[in-house]
Amino acid sequence: MTEAVVRLTREGLWTNNPGLVQLLGLCPLLAVSNSVINALGLGLATLLVLVLSNTTVSLIRHGVRREIRIPVFVLVIASFVTVVELSMNAWFHELYLVLGIFIPLIVTNCAILGRAEAYASRNPPGLAAFDGLMMGLGFAGVLLALGAFRELLAQGTLLNQAELMFGPAGEALQLTVLPGYDGFLLAALPPGAFIGLGLLLALKNLLDQRRAQPRPILKAARPGQPG
Amino acid sequence: MRQQGTAVRDILLAGGILLAFAIAGVALVTWTFQGTVERIEDNQRQALIQELQQLVPPLQYDNHLLEDTLEVEDNGLLGLNRTVTVYRARLEGEPVAVILPARAEDGYIGPITLLVGIYTDGTVAGVRVVEHSETPGLGDAIEARRSNWINQFTGRSLDDPETADWAVRRDRGAFDQITGATVTARAVVRAVRDVLLFYDQFGNELFAVQEEAETDQVGDAGEEEPPPDDASDGDDGTGDD
Repeated sequence: MTEAVVRLTREGLWTNNPGLVQLLGLCPLLAVSNSVINALGLGLATLLVLVLSNTTVSLIRHGVRREIRIPVFVLVIASFVTVVELSMNAWFHELYLVLGIFIPLIVTNCAILGRAEAYASRNPPGLAAFDGLMMGLGFAGVLLALGAFRELLAQGTLLNQAELMFGPAGEALQLTVLPGYDGFLLAALPPGAFIGLGLLLALKNLLDQRRAQPRPILKAARPGQPG
Repeated sequence: MRQQGTAVRDILLAGGILLAFAIAGVALVTWTFQGTVERIEDNQRQALIQELQQLVPPLQYDNHLLEDTLEVEDNGLLGLNRTVTVYRARLEGEPVAVILPARAEDGYIGPITLLVGIYTDGTVAGVRVVEHSETPGLGDAIEARRSNWINQFTGRSLDDPETADWAVRRDRGAFDQITGATVTARAVVRAVRDVLLFYDQFGNELFAVQEEAETDQVGDAGEEEPPPDDASDGDDGTGDD
């Protein structure tokens, strides 16, 4: 059990990250990552849907016949997305307006259907929910990293418009990291999203390579070390 | 024969399961909808009121803008070509201003939707962009939270500047353009001018029709206000031509 939990954590956050490795759900990932708050809003919504749908799919996995499982999964996901959409409209109305079409489009995020089919439909509810949580965190993490990168580069701020999410108190959270910064428009435009994601992928690959390499280098270095 | 029977039963069973999930899904969504619908409507009303208050300062009127509305037919000048809702501001029953929706079809990327507030003397109370898809960082300077550009219309009218000068400076007009987004600025200036032209033609009716509307229509006009019988005609003539 604990082994599975560790493996799921590592897969969701890093080795099988939906954004960086599976490259699923790129449409919202690229479109909404122009600021930290947008990224956070969509990331949390996706996370919530993933956990709910994974749990439900796992609970019903014995009752659903194979030939109709995909339409049933889609129905489950679409219902939860609509519930999340209505709730956001009610409780985070302004953020809902900013995110617009990308909330209903969570339905089409392949990462969610992918996890339902590949993991949740074959595993017990507890593990499926945990898998949803980790995959959701992995996706939200990439969204946030990209959002922070683009917002910083485009406007020199972080958490701009935090009041959309945290109410009036959120205004205090806004950080002007680079005062007097003129802004770099490209980062806020769609090309900035692609370039940013490319850089993130490169960074991840670089880190993975570094981690794979050190052993032989260390071995080679050891004999030469004085003392 | 027997095989066919099991196949039919399988199909029916699969259909039944699918139906059951569809019903469960609809039930869940319905339940959420009923729990949130009031709050959502309230949010939308609040958002609209806040938008309207940016156009006409709340101290200048004392009626409920959302309850004192009028449906008018657009003749093309508003760019909407359908029945639009006009919001009317009054102070102690006297007309103060109207707020009209408008749309500029010729934005750089897509249509730009505006709300324009006009005082009864024909001067602009304020203009706000409600919806647009202009380039972030360039064309979105028409948003009030991005730049001050949209406020240059406040206090202007068809006499100030002359109708012919309602254009951006590059077109020898009187209004600032937006660097890198001349097309966007041009579209908004033209749309605001057209709204003023619309008000010039129908301004008198926007307040006057209300008496008829109140007797004909059930509902949306506020009942608490006294009928502004003599006020409605005299005050809002623009006297432009």
